[in-house]
Amino acid sequence: MTEWHEALSHLLIVAGALFFLTGSLGFIRFPDVFTRLHALTKADNLGLGLLCSGLALQAGGLAEAAKIMLVWLLVLLASGIGATLVASTADACGIRPWQNRTGASREARREPHE
Amino acid sequence: MSLYYAVVAALLCGMAVIGLFRTDDLLRRILALNVLASATFLLLVTLARTDSGIDPVPHVMVLTGIVVAVSTTAAALGLTIRAHERRHEESQ
Amino acid sequence: MTALTLGFDLLLAAGLVWLGWQALFLPRRFAAVVHFMAFNLLMALVWVRLEAPDIALAEAAIGAGVTGALLLTALGRLPSAAAVGSHPQQWHRYWRYPAIFAACVGAGWLAWGVQRLPRPGLAAEVTAELDATGVSHAVTAVLLNIRALDTLLEVAVMLGAVMLVWSLGPALRPFAPATSLPGLPALSRLLHPLFLLVPTYLLWRGAHAPGGAFPAGAVLGAGGILLLLADRVGWMQQPRFKTLLRLLLVAGLALFLAVGLGGLLLTGTFLAIPQALAKSAILAVEVATALSIALMLMALYLYGEPGR
Repeated sequence: MTEWHEALSHLLIVAGALFFLTGSLGFIRFPDVFTRLHALTKADNLGLGLLCSGLALQAGGLAEAAKIMLVWLLVLLASGIGATLVASTADACGIRPWQNRTGASREARREPHE
Repeated sequence: MSLYYAVVAALLCGMAVIGLFRTDDLLRRILALNVLASATFLLLVTLARTDSGIDPVPHVMVLTGIVVAVSTTAAALGLTIRAHERRHEESQ
Repeated sequence: MTALTLGFDLLLAAGLVWLGWQALFLPRRFAAVVHFMAFNLLMALVWVRLEAPDIALAEAAIGAGVTGALLLTALGRLPSAAAVGSHPQQWHRYWRYPAIFAACVGAGWLAWGVQRLPRPGLAAEVTAELDATGVSHAVTAVLLNIRALDTLLEVAVMLGAVMLVWSLGPALRPFAPATSLPGLPALSRLLHPLFLLVPTYLLWRGAHAPGGAFPAGAVLGAGGILLLLADRVGWMQQPRFKTLLRLLLVAGLALFLAVGLGGLLLTGTFLAIPQALAKSAILAVEVATALSIALMLMALYLYGEPGR
């Protein structure tokens, strides 16, 4: 395995870990269900994809690398469909998306300009 | 390293036993028993690492234990659900 | 042990202890259950760290998956904690503190005494017997040949648990979902081929590498629970499949017993498999056990007898 293979794989793994960190931070800080789902599915899945690519570069052969990428594909499927289930159930149960507090004043400010 | 994980297992054991005492709720008691079971499995597996190789017999005991623990949990949860249903019916 | 692995171990142990604490002592039950599921997932990582990959496979499927599903279903049916009559008894206020003190002393003594516990170390004896068992993986050999009696009794215990849960009443009627969810049957349909392929691979692999009947049965059972959630297992509820369902549930135990009695007839000892037949006998028992475990996990998830 060449030098740049290893360096690239380490870079990808660190980038994946950073995306996971950002996704978890967003999960803690975001105000309601829908935005939290956004953080969890988008940032965490991208982080997992980068992590899996980095690990696949270090794998011992094409079969192992394919199995590692299959993990990412499965998590994409499950988290995507799971997120739609959670979001549609939350919507049906009456949870409304979080509104920006200054939304009303922003509407009033926009009208004189147009 | 196995000593380190054995200390963690003892800590989890103590926490689970305290959790068993401190709560009155049936579901939490089932959770506490499960944590106690996990701590015991951890202790067993740390005992399997010897100088002459890894002993497979405690691994087999833990595998068996995991399946028996899930069966016991399911039975206990079934009983809990029916007990609450009966109590709910009686109070109406 | 390098600093990196020490840091990783510390992180794992700290995560375990924190998640265990949250699972036991959080005031909201839903949060406690979710923390418990994460605790089981972290436990699977610890098994990999302690070089026990078979246990890691089984724990990830059973501990994190099936136990989580069972707990969440039960949580949805229990009344909220503030309901009257959900407290079985009140512990006396003054006995709590001696009890906590005794538990702490007990845990400390266990932590101190763990290094003095005997480690018999049967690795050498098992390796010596490995050729005679018909498989080349130590854990599978001990599970299905050397200590096959324990596995037989365990399948019987699981069947006993299914009988207990089924005798409590009819299967719980699932709550109607708040909205139509086309994603769930789509997910189960997409994942179904994988849920059949991975257990077959694990079963085949168990002969020479970590795998075997229990992880395979657990993954198959988890797929079955997903199908139950998507309401695609209509045949279980129909009365004309009643006998078939019960036959399939008992099939694993029955085949195991038949192999044991066959061993009794051939060699004079119960469950002693002669070496020539060992490989095929173990394979047959593994397949039957995996299918039975999967069906029994689905039967436990129903929380009652279907078809009534």
